[in-house]
Amino acid sequence: MPFWRQPRSRAIAWQALLLAALAALGIWLVLNARQALIDRGMTSGLGFLFDETQFALGEAFFSFTSGDTYLKAFAVGLGNTVLLSAVSIVTASIIGAIVGFARLSPNALASSLARAYVYAFRNTPQLVQIVFWYTFFTLFPAARLSWSFFDFVFASNRGLTIPAPENMTAFTAVAAAFLAGCALAWWVAHLADRRRRRTGQKWKSAKPVLLATIFVPALLVWLAFGMPLTWSIPELKGFNFAGGITLSPEFLAIYFGLSFYIAAFIAEIVRGGLLSVDSGQIEAANAIGLTRIDLYRRVVAPQALRVIIPPLAAQYVSLLKNSSLGVAVGYPDLFSVSNTMLTYSGRTIEVLCIMAAVYLALSLAIGAVANFVNGFVQIPER
Amino acid sequence: MTEAPASYATIGGAPARLPPLGSTGFLARLHKRYFATPLMSIVTIVLAAITVWALAGLFRWAIWDAVWYAPEGAACRDAAGACWAVIAEKYRVMLFGAFPYQEQWRGGAIIALWLVWGVLTATNLFAVSLRLIGWLIVFIATIALLQGGIFGMPHVGTDLWGGLPLTFLIFGGTVAGGLPLAILLALGRRSQLPAIRFLSVATIECVRGIPLLVVLFFAALILPLFLPDQLNVDKLVRAEIGMIIFFAAYAAEVVRGGLQALPDGQEEAAKALGLSYWQRMRKIVLPQALAISIPALFNDIIRAFKNTTFFSILGLFDVLGATKAALQDPNWVRYGLEGYLFVFLLYFLICSGMSLYGRSLEQANARRGRKVER
Repeated sequence: MPFWRQPRSRAIAWQALLLAALAALGIWLVLNARQALIDRGMTSGLGFLFDETQFALGEAFFSFTSGDTYLKAFAVGLGNTVLLSAVSIVTASIIGAIVGFARLSPNALASSLARAYVYAFRNTPQLVQIVFWYTFFTLFPAARLSWSFFDFVFASNRGLTIPAPENMTAFTAVAAAFLAGCALAWWVAHLADRRRRRTGQKWKSAKPVLLATIFVPALLVWLAFGMPLTWSIPELKGFNFAGGITLSPEFLAIYFGLSFYIAAFIAEIVRGGLLSVDSGQIEAANAIGLTRIDLYRRVVAPQALRVIIPPLAAQYVSLLKNSSLGVAVGYPDLFSVSNTMLTYSGRTIEVLCIMAAVYLALSLAIGAVANFVNGFVQIPER
Repeated sequence: MTEAPASYATIGGAPARLPPLGSTGFLARLHKRYFATPLMSIVTIVLAAITVWALAGLFRWAIWDAVWYAPEGAACRDAAGACWAVIAEKYRVMLFGAFPYQEQWRGGAIIALWLVWGVLTATNLFAVSLRLIGWLIVFIATIALLQGGIFGMPHVGTDLWGGLPLTFLIFGGTVAGGLPLAILLALGRRSQLPAIRFLSVATIECVRGIPLLVVLFFAALILPLFLPDQLNVDKLVRAEIGMIIFFAAYAAEVVRGGLQALPDGQEEAAKALGLSYWQRMRKIVLPQALAISIPALFNDIIRAFKNTTFFSILGLFDVLGATKAALQDPNWVRYGLEGYLFVFLLYFLICSGMSLYGRSLEQANARRGRKVER
């Protein structure tokens, strides 16, 4: 057989041709872009990141005013996106789990309410929901006529004003230490369980050690900050609130829009996961007299989580990506800040590429965490 | 010795016994579904109280205290309830955007075409090929009616296209352009050739990892920089390219699922018969794989319909963009809630219809699957 008739050489030829065509297309596009930039008198490069901006950002972790660098603006956008996504993921998971369980409830009222929820929020665009929530929150009364709940929380057209710890850094650090302690305790429990399975010996002092792992780091951090305990309670002064922190209507709109929409999808995933557990498993667990908590912890959860986690991670990625819809209500998330930046700097290509790379990295990070967790919940094949 | 009975079985079975007392009927059902245990009774009562309270509030706001007709919005200002007059006043802007008022019958015709053909498709009266040809005709008619310039209809530029006809056009273009691309990407991902496989995987994973808005901004803002000025295409077309690529990346994974579900023997048998790659794909593999993946594809198609709203962020006037524009009117600016509820309901009805049809396809698929197994 001559070599041009051999499948192997033909495969190589086709691929080489395709790559050459793509390379030629790429070069042509880049040349066009260079010409366009020269024609418009634009420069390229990443140097603009250290230039001063001419805009200020409303909501930020740290104050961002006109004159700060573009790099800092990116950081503000990224911080807002991560914070928004994190709180929305937690909220959506809680609502989704409740609705998912309710859909399978023997109580007909609970299951039909849950079904109505899923239908309404799944069959409408997320953007319409976000715009709806924004309109809803801006229709609240002015600060002077605000609705108050026991004088602790105030809802007005400036948003939701809630009490906040006086020393926010200390509070965040303590919370982080607590979460780290929980993760550590879970890890220790996992190791202890593995050891028990291998050796058959029970770890007698497990409970106090685990409790200590959870609470001691948080306690130490709290002591290190000088035991701050004061909370700042909002109070109406003139036309605005003093004290506490205010969640703006923009934040609330995008937060509600993300949480409630994704929760409807999570509910369906949870329901599917619970239904995937064979009913014989539950009957067997009841027959050997497991308590309801043990039934869910030892029998249902390990089997349902295998089915739940992969699509759940996809929903979390979807939530993160749709946090870019903050631009529709003017919440300064990564997309919205980048949009402002490209308007002011004119560096369309650079700004969009950086933003896309950051979103890609965040999505991949969620995927990596999901894979890691998935490794734990997979039941090993024997 | 007593004689053993011949058999304990009775011919024809014993007469049916009545169910235990109190286990059937309305009261028993009520008890079982709502008040089986004390905890369940409490949950029922609390939920019922909340539901009644919420529905009563909604009824007062949306119907009892609502204003249905108010020229210039005067009567709405002192009303305690909803102001539905805003929809009576603005529905033409919401449904047709900035399309010239005299020509809005064309938009109405497009909406009617889509709804009628959508319902006819769902009834499964026609063969699949006829349904698809019908959709092609509907799609071409949509463009013709929007653009005009033929049959004595005045020409209308794309900057004036808007409302529900534009939403339908974006949606149709996304699905029609995205499905072939999705099939190519899915085949590429399963290809034996490493370069093609790598390119497909890279495209799919990169597009799936970034938000649709970023894809749309790439298409709308960066594409013109990379193309020579002579080749500059309309903003609507550029955004549509972004939609197609995003849809294709997601649909490609669904098609890949269908390809993987197909037994290897199908392709091996086709290979043994000496069919070429494209013959195998066209005649053997794709028809079966697509049939398997259609119900799952429907989820992506519904999402594509919901994602048409993203065009409003690019400053194009799909239904949401047109509604936003309509609510800029200072007389009506306070009644955004009613306006967006209208859009909410519109999408809810169309998406629910599509998802019902998708589910019926899924059931039909399951029935077909069982028939094959037998």
